[in-house]
Amino acid sequence: MLPLAQSKLHFFSLLSSWGYPMSNSVISTVRTIPESAAPETLQPIIRAERIEKYYAQPSQNRIQVISPTDLSIVPGEILALLGPSGSGKSTMLRMLSGLSRPSAGQVYWHGRPIAESAINVSIVFQSFALFPWLTVQENVEAPLRARGLDADERRERSLRMLDTVGLDGFEAAYPKELSGGMRQRVGFARALVVEPEVLFMDEPFSALDVLTAENLRSELLELWSRKTMPTKAVFLVTHNIEEAVLLADRIIVLGRNPGHIRTDFRVQLAHPRDRKSEPFTQLVDYIYKVLTRPEVAPLAAPDQSTGKPPRDQRQMHYQMLPHARPGGVAGLLELLIDKGGKDDIYRLADDLAFEIDDLLPIVDAAQLLGFLIVEEGDAAITPSGTAFANSEILRQKELFRAAALEHVLLLRQIRRALETKNDHTVPEEFFLDMLDEQFSEDESLRQVETAVNWGRYAELFDFDAARRRFILPEEPEPAVPIEDAE
Amino acid sequence: MKRNFRPLASSLVMTSTWPVFIDAGVAACGLAIFFTIVHMGAYWMQAPIPVVPISHSIRALPAYAAYSVVRIAIAYLLSLVFAISYGYLAAYNPRVEAWMIAALDILQSIPVLSFLPPVVLAMVALIPGHQLGIELGVILLIFTGQVWNLAFSFYTSLKTIPREMLEAASIFRYSAWQRFWQLEMPYATIGLVWNSIVSVAGGWFALIACEMFTMGDRSFQLPGLGSYLQTAASSGDVRALFFGIATVILIVVATDQLLWRPLIAWSDKFKFEQVESDERIVSPILELLRRSPILQSAPRRIWTSIEEPIFRRFAAAHRNEPTHPLDENISREPSLRLWILAVAVAAAVGWGAWQGLLLLRGISWADLRLLLAGAAATFLRVNASLLISALWTIPVGVAIGFNPRLARFVQPVAQILASVPATAFFPILLIGLVKLGGGLGIGSVALMLLGTQWYILFNVIAGAMSIPSDLREAASLYKFTRWQRWTTLILPGIFPYLITGMVTASGGAWNASVFAEYSHLGNRTLSTIGLGAQIDAATDRGQFPLLLLATILISLMVVSMNRLVWRRLYRLAETRFKLDA
Ligand SMILES: Nc1ncnc2c1ncn2[C@@H]1O[C@H](COP(=O)(O)OP(=O)(O)OP(=O)(O)O)[C@@H](O)[C@H]1O
Ligand SMILES: [Mg+2]
Repeated sequence: MLPLAQSKLHFFSLLSSWGYPMSNSVISTVRTIPESAAPETLQPIIRAERIEKYYAQPSQNRIQVISPTDLSIVPGEILALLGPSGSGKSTMLRMLSGLSRPSAGQVYWHGRPIAESAINVSIVFQSFALFPWLTVQENVEAPLRARGLDADERRERSLRMLDTVGLDGFEAAYPKELSGGMRQRVGFARALVVEPEVLFMDEPFSALDVLTAENLRSELLELWSRKTMPTKAVFLVTHNIEEAVLLADRIIVLGRNPGHIRTDFRVQLAHPRDRKSEPFTQLVDYIYKVLTRPEVAPLAAPDQSTGKPPRDQRQMHYQMLPHARPGGVAGLLELLIDKGGKDDIYRLADDLAFEIDDLLPIVDAAQLLGFLIVEEGDAAITPSGTAFANSEILRQKELFRAAALEHVLLLRQIRRALETKNDHTVPEEFFLDMLDEQFSEDESLRQVETAVNWGRYAELFDFDAARRRFILPEEPEPAVPIEDAE
Repeated sequence: MKRNFRPLASSLVMTSTWPVFIDAGVAACGLAIFFTIVHMGAYWMQAPIPVVPISHSIRALPAYAAYSVVRIAIAYLLSLVFAISYGYLAAYNPRVEAWMIAALDILQSIPVLSFLPPVVLAMVALIPGHQLGIELGVILLIFTGQVWNLAFSFYTSLKTIPREMLEAASIFRYSAWQRFWQLEMPYATIGLVWNSIVSVAGGWFALIACEMFTMGDRSFQLPGLGSYLQTAASSGDVRALFFGIATVILIVVATDQLLWRPLIAWSDKFKFEQVESDERIVSPILELLRRSPILQSAPRRIWTSIEEPIFRRFAAAHRNEPTHPLDENISREPSLRLWILAVAVAAAVGWGAWQGLLLLRGISWADLRLLLAGAAATFLRVNASLLISALWTIPVGVAIGFNPRLARFVQPVAQILASVPATAFFPILLIGLVKLGGGLGIGSVALMLLGTQWYILFNVIAGAMSIPSDLREAASLYKFTRWQRWTTLILPGIFPYLITGMVTASGGAWNASVFAEYSHLGNRTLSTIGLGAQIDAATDRGQFPLLLLATILISLMVVSMNRLVWRRLYRLAETRFKLDA
């Protein structure tokens, strides 16, 4: 997840350049945001005035899907729309983008009714909605062709766009030859190539696997923050709370039956946003509560100023140890070698008859140890992973030990502490305290449990469960990492 | 990736790498087309000769084949254009949509052959003084046999385009032109290709039956394969008959290999699926075409230079238009003009229907009773032929389907057999029946079988192949008895396919009845009691009221069978017996 780290810096600097107050003093209000909360001088690009939507029902008269609602999209913000299934998020997006006419009320585009304006917006769809009979390049060129550009300019712009989204070299492929993540990249390229003023996205990441989604999200943030696209606002529909808090400058939560705005607040966490930080989890909890208690009027969003300043990127902190057993990692790597060294994670889960949620920790563990890399939902084995999987059991332990000491901070610290102390034992609590700073109490316990698991396997240390202490094994192994097999 | 941007004019000459025989072939095709056009033109424009003498010589066969092929081709092209326009209008005009689709359903169920006399008479009257009149009558008839399923296929495709694709087209501001070529046509292509195969097969069926017929005191006989087969049969010339049938089969196989297979293989790229499937139909012809650079690049370049300006103009024309909401409310009050139009159409239709009913007054009770008895007989015959087909095709089809290697070979053959017009074999069967002394009563069932069983066979094969192998393994693992295997696995598994095949076969059998129950052989007339025979007899004697009533009856029966039986079974198949989720 390197790209995320890189993009965070860009995003950080740009946010301040837009004139957002970076101090954490503004407190959000519920339901209505005074227009002044948004940066003044900014006229909304799209403004909805008491829009409603009914659908005709054959049996009853009609059902109301959206009750009268006001909403504006102003320049410079990523606006996330959250809500339970069927609350009318997609309906709202379609009305704001001019695809669907409100049953009552009016949508304005720069102050003029949207039905009379030539608007410039794009949509990224959950199902990608690419044309399977067109190549990647033709798909991206199609909107330009609709605008009457000539062939040379179309080609030039679409190739540049494909390059931007990282699809250089795939222009002649057909969408069905690509992985889901790459298809959605084409979706982004097609949406961005027309340089839309507002980019609409309807659950753009929810058809993708977790890792691919994470990658795409961070790349999107990077594009947005570097201003490589002239897009002025982003409207994101999602049902993923973390995704909303991670990306959005403003979050609106819709309620159901009929759809209405339950809360509307700014997210003032500075980028890069740390999923583990207090204000982040508080916001997530807050939204979760709003969503799960539809009958209770929501409180104000939590004050986001109590949070510590964003963690220094150079400061060491613990990686989250995935709860996987070393044996599982070895098994996965062996399977991967059988598959020619590379395979789709979902297919692997299928072959193993695993739930994807059970496989992911193993994949993460192998990735953390440098035994494999994950790209676009494919797991590919690394040379050290190959060496590990092909070795006999003792050698495997050595290699695992080397990898663990090199890549896993917690194991390294435990080992070092044990070596430094005279009696070669350290109480569990010592590490729990350090972990508690970063994880919840339960998670810290699980982290230690996993560390014990790994440490025992690698014969780095042992654990005395009765006294809850780490101990150095009888015959101390050399602490220096053993050289990696070529 | 290396791209070549070569200028249009110079490049083709410079890069001549294709073999000479392709050049020669292209030139030969050009010449042949030119000759055919000139020849057909002269023939059409000559004074009308209702009964063109038909030679028995085998040397005359190529010319007759050419006449028939041109008739089919013209009828098919007309059908395609009509079907696309009809489907488009129906799909995008909610006001008339329900009417247009109901009309399609009924028109599809009416046996075309009973329209022969009025259609030909009308065309002859419309284009007097030219052979073209008679010809167009026949072509129109073939057209009516081909067009409905094409129109329905195109309409269905338009209605099933995923909503997000339409939204993408709309939000990216496609012009109607671009939407048609980049979304609607590609989406509909696969359906159109498969339905074209069925249509053209239906076209051959009708063509062979209607190139030669009598109507009251007037006879018509056009040069073509159908007339050739019928005259050969009448004079008992078995050799000529044999060669005639061989020619028909040759044409069908050639069409399959040279046209349909390449088209199917090509249309694979329009498949709307997320993953690449590994099963593909391969076509050597298409591969050859794909490998020939001139056939690859020249048409594309010419096409580009034509379409670019068109796209540009359409784009410019709607540049500053707002996005069209997809759920635009159409239920606004219809304008006065529309009301007047609707009332006028209703009045005209009402008057016409009344006149038609008045025609029926002349029918006696005796005639009516005969017609009803005939209807019952034909009904029994159609269903008997379906039953017999099902009885033999289900075991055979399942056996073939469970053996993939056999299936790969038999499936296309069954498909070709289904495309061979059964009407071509009727004369031979007739001669056999007369020799054996059997009557048409049983004989006509055999004739229906000839045309219909193949549809069921290849659908059953497809159904058996679609039964997942893990289910079959489970069945053998749990040691199912043969009876259990059939009732719990095989029959439910093939049910949807079986129904699809039976619906098509039933339509074919009704159509065949018109031809099978009544026949001239030389100067003898063979016939049996049945609605089809009565339609033919009425045509022969020019009794339009009887013809009308018989047609109404037959249509009523087909439509109600479809509504009451097939559609329900089909729905059952869709809901209960669908194997894939
Ligand atoms: N064309 C339609 N006709 C009738 N009802 C509709 C139509 N489109 C949507 N609805 C109804 O409107 C409601 C809101 O739908 P919408 O798709 O906007 O919800 P959503 O919040 O996007 O849900 P999801 O999270 O499942 O995507 C749903 O109850 C749905 O059944
Ligand atoms: Mg939705």
